[in-house]
Amino acid sequence: MKKVFHVMYDDDEKLLVAARELVSKGIHVNEVYSPFPIHGIDPVIGIKRTRLAITSFMYAMSGLSLAVFFMWYTMISDWPMNIGGKPSFSLLENLPAFIPVSFEFSVFCAAHGMVITYLLRNGTLPGMPATNPDPRTTDDKFVMEITTDTNSMNAQDLESEIKKTDIFELSIKDLKES
Amino acid sequence: MQKESAIREPLILGHKTYKDITDDVVRPIVGPASLGWKIMITISSIVALYGIGSILYLISTGIGVWGLNKTVGWAWDITNFVWWVGIGHAGTLISAVLLLFRQKWRMAINRSAEAMTIFAVIMAAVFPGIHMGRIWLAYYVFPLPNQFGSLWVNFNSPLLWDVFAISTYFSVSLVFWYVGLIPDFATIRDRVTKPFAKKMYGIMSFGWSGRAKHWNRFEELSLVLAGIATPLVFSVHSIVSMDFATSVIPGWHTTIFPPYFVSGAVFSGFAMVQTLLLVMRKAYKLEDYIHVKHVEYMNIVIIVTGSIVGVAYLTELFISWYSGVEYESYAFINRFSGPYKAAYWTMMTCNVISPQLFWFKKIRRSLVATFILSIVVNIGMWFERYVIIVTSLHRDYLPSSWGEFIPTATDVGIFIGTLGIFLTLFLAFTRFFPVLALNELKTILKSSGESYKNEQVK
Repeated sequence: MKKVFHVMYDDDEKLLVAARELVSKGIHVNEVYSPFPIHGIDPVIGIKRTRLAITSFMYAMSGLSLAVFFMWYTMISDWPMNIGGKPSFSLLENLPAFIPVSFEFSVFCAAHGMVITYLLRNGTLPGMPATNPDPRTTDDKFVMEITTDTNSMNAQDLESEIKKTDIFELSIKDLKES
Repeated sequence: MQKESAIREPLILGHKTYKDITDDVVRPIVGPASLGWKIMITISSIVALYGIGSILYLISTGIGVWGLNKTVGWAWDITNFVWWVGIGHAGTLISAVLLLFRQKWRMAINRSAEAMTIFAVIMAAVFPGIHMGRIWLAYYVFPLPNQFGSLWVNFNSPLLWDVFAISTYFSVSLVFWYVGLIPDFATIRDRVTKPFAKKMYGIMSFGWSGRAKHWNRFEELSLVLAGIATPLVFSVHSIVSMDFATSVIPGWHTTIFPPYFVSGAVFSGFAMVQTLLLVMRKAYKLEDYIHVKHVEYMNIVIIVTGSIVGVAYLTELFISWYSGVEYESYAFINRFSGPYKAAYWTMMTCNVISPQLFWFKKIRRSLVATFILSIVVNIGMWFERYVIIVTSLHRDYLPSSWGEFIPTATDVGIFIGTLGIFLTLFLAFTRFFPVLALNELKTILKSSGESYKNEQVK
């Protein structure tokens, strides 16, 4: 039977030390649940830097081009108007007046696009069920999830290795087949 | 772990643990509402209802119920708009600019300051809306395809820039605030026991579980949002100032307006944060998290921005004389010696002279003095906008069309009403939302908490 270990620590540094120790013994840590970001955990358990910032830049560029195109279409191509004699005959002439809206719209698209991507990638959306193994992990406890199916060690060896670290609590459950 | 100099004052007082932080912030949410809160929300909702009544009267009767006339076509409405937008500048400045500068003291105040920002911007948005007269045609400000020929909006107009600036600012501030709230809602969700509350916080927490990868994305998202929100903060009030600066009215047509408005906005925003937080920290027993050092930091921001505003006032006076333009110099002489001189001198006293008291460390660190001065600053900043708008308009180029503005009961009612709506929203926020960014605070406990600092000294 496949097992899942939920190893609880009462301090972020204890978890970090323990994770380093276990990983150095070739144990794979599936997931870490914590109430706040633990700085330095990502490289230890093999999490790469997110590419969210790149998406934000792409959303900003799309917003910028959309805004400039739209202003060119309405103000210059579709229905040019003489408003106080301001230049309205070519995009270049009129461009200074278009800067504020271009900027605002780029920021608008960058921020909202990025947040939507973030929520979708996380799978955190309104009404989604919580998946943290213990309610205390959003308060002051830190949980590491280790499963037997991603590790070559058997359950007994894993358990004894885990118990060597400074744990607070350990729960072992059967892994549900998904 | 990041170390911090032991000489620096701790940001979290007392011997707190991670659990204490959760307990202290969640306690007012799970516990029953206090009597003080009930009294305050009753009063503020009555005031809010009076304001809503005044707005309905205005919409059903017409703009004529305001004290406007053909000379002074803009007065309290736009004064209130600019005032509220200005107040709405502190929240995003605190959470975005101070995040970029890695100022840890922001964490105690950013949540409530951002909530205040959002409510202030909502109040600001009321005024251009009701000022249109026919509010049911408000959608005309958006560039929508329509049946009236190709009647597009005018992208050359600063008033339209304002539409984009305010709506972007509002929506970006809102998501920035909410993204930070999600993990804290999850903490409350896992804490409350009442089924209805658990369900509600469960929905609002979006199923947040605190996975390492999610936190990794969270930090990147906060940083990038802070990066793009920073220029946004500066752009919004610059654009608001261009509503005036791009016109040809003496007293408005000045190039100094954008930086002068932005610093004035930060100035009044921080003053409002002080007013609200000094009460909130006491009422919710958060003195260990928002203490004298935080107040002092904010007072330093107030004195810097207040001094910039003071320099801007003097520069305006000097340039109007030095330019040699008669109309320009008349506009300013009329400001300080004309029929509205009382408003001008109130503005000068409240904005330029009184904040200078913060140079004294005793006053800067005194909570009572800060509370009084923060209200004085907000009064002064309201008068600043009033002075800029009304005194510039009431003396036209043609003496035959000179006029004066006298506010009516509806003017006053709507302004007081927005204060009521704002306070009602803020009080509701303090009751049901985590007023401190509790999970962010846990990250600085070990570097800036008092007990951890004491250990460092040993």
